[in-house]
Amino acid sequence: MVLKMFLFKKRFYIALGEKVTTFVYFFGGLLSLTFQTLSLIHGQPLGVRRIFEQAKKIGVDSLPIVSLVSFFIGMILALQTAYIMQTMSSEISIASLVAGSLTRELGPVITALIVAGRCGAGITAELGTMTVTEQVDALATLGSNPIKYLVVPRYLSLTIMMPILTLFANAIGIFGGYLIGVYHLSIRSSLYMNMTFQTLVYKDIFTGLIKTIFFGMIIAIIACYEGLNVRGGAEGVGKATTRSVVNTFIMIIAADCFFTALFYFFWS
Amino acid sequence: MAMIELMDVSKNLGGKQVLDRMSLTVEEGETKVIIGRSGVGKSVTLKHIVRLIEPDAGAVRVDGKDVLSIKGKELNELHMQIGLVFQGGALFDSLTVGENVGFILHEHMSIPQDEIDKRIKESLALVGLYGVEKYMPADLSGGMKKRVALARAICTRPKIILYDEPTTGVDPITADAINLLIDELHDKLKVTSIVVTHDMRSAYKVADRIAMLYDGKIIAEGTPDEIRYSHNPYVHQFITGAAHGPITEGQSSIIKNID
Repeated sequence: MVLKMFLFKKRFYIALGEKVTTFVYFFGGLLSLTFQTLSLIHGQPLGVRRIFEQAKKIGVDSLPIVSLVSFFIGMILALQTAYIMQTMSSEISIASLVAGSLTRELGPVITALIVAGRCGAGITAELGTMTVTEQVDALATLGSNPIKYLVVPRYLSLTIMMPILTLFANAIGIFGGYLIGVYHLSIRSSLYMNMTFQTLVYKDIFTGLIKTIFFGMIIAIIACYEGLNVRGGAEGVGKATTRSVVNTFIMIIAADCFFTALFYFFWS
Repeated sequence: MAMIELMDVSKNLGGKQVLDRMSLTVEEGETKVIIGRSGVGKSVTLKHIVRLIEPDAGAVRVDGKDVLSIKGKELNELHMQIGLVFQGGALFDSLTVGENVGFILHEHMSIPQDEIDKRIKESLALVGLYGVEKYMPADLSGGMKKRVALARAICTRPKIILYDEPTTGVDPITADAINLLIDELHDKLKVTSIVVTHDMRSAYKVADRIAMLYDGKIIAEGTPDEIRYSHNPYVHQFITGAAHGPITEGQSSIIKNID
């Protein structure tokens, strides 16, 4: 019994040690890549064409899916709050609830998760394939720093495009809620609009947008890190892509929790 | 004068001692072929020369410069002097053939576009390709990809060209054409070359000298004829392609299974 317990504890501590090592190694890698990326942004000629190309891929091409999902989220929010508010006969609060929830929380987070799933996975797969086919090595031998050439444009594009996409998502989500409020719950259009903009303050929008800048950085760094560290062939690329999406989702939610608490305690 | 020197280079990768105090010298204008089994460290050796990999111990000198002590602009200049032809070509999928070949000119040299276009055409012509500038790498055959990779490597007119398995994965006729191309480029551009291969036909054809890498070290070196008639049992087994011999002794479970 004592021996069994000892062996169980030993296995537990070994497994724990391995997990902690992996975690520290992963975070060290992310921090190292972040510092290298930031150092290459300063004082280096940036490939403006590459930044625009990435901004189009990440921002413009993501707009349809972000709009569609935000539109449905806005409608769902309105319907769900209507269900509760009807019991208290205060359907009129739906407008402010939809606007507040979308701008402060759902707009930024949903946009970040969509971009992480769509673009983050794409970046990891692209960079991973370039790594296993030695294209990243080829870049280095052709005198180009792979981080400057591959990571910096993606990092800047994601950081710039995330707030813009979120603004669109907020507006379209509010429009979705408006359609339910006005056409299904028969709230007067002018009243719904008044209630939306009366309660919505700049702080709500800004706190949401500030978060998205960090979400963009998180998506770019994790996606690029996983892509550049792929080992093995196609299987390695597949595994890295899955890991990239899962890690990005976790980090976005954790960062969201951190920023929400920060804004709640220091900017309320 | 030695153009490339690797001195007592050791490298451990993933717990395996790939290079173990390995030394190699390549004279200016020489074509040296490194032969050896797959996974023996031939490509790792090439990557040390362009500093894609740094050794755990030892020194690497190229054209008199200590590769490990240079960085930034100096390292870029070194890369401009060395053309590396990767095994699979490593062409950038998202760029056209022309953009691939002229990549380094676009990115690092202030040359007018018409001059770059002219240089791209010249480099492609040197490898026997015409009118393919607008093609994407995915539209090319394996042999053409290797030629484009070679054109990209020679675009800056480097002093050194490193070839990583240039004839692997192509048919025998294309392989022979690539061998001729390596010889032609050597004569026309007066470059120093290292060719990594396990294709002995190719080795005999292009080499001034052949070195065999085994167990992390160069175990034999000589002219093609010296290697061809070597009494070293390891070299003999490798060049004759025999399944049994000192190289496979004690580790050839596959060969035993075949028996």
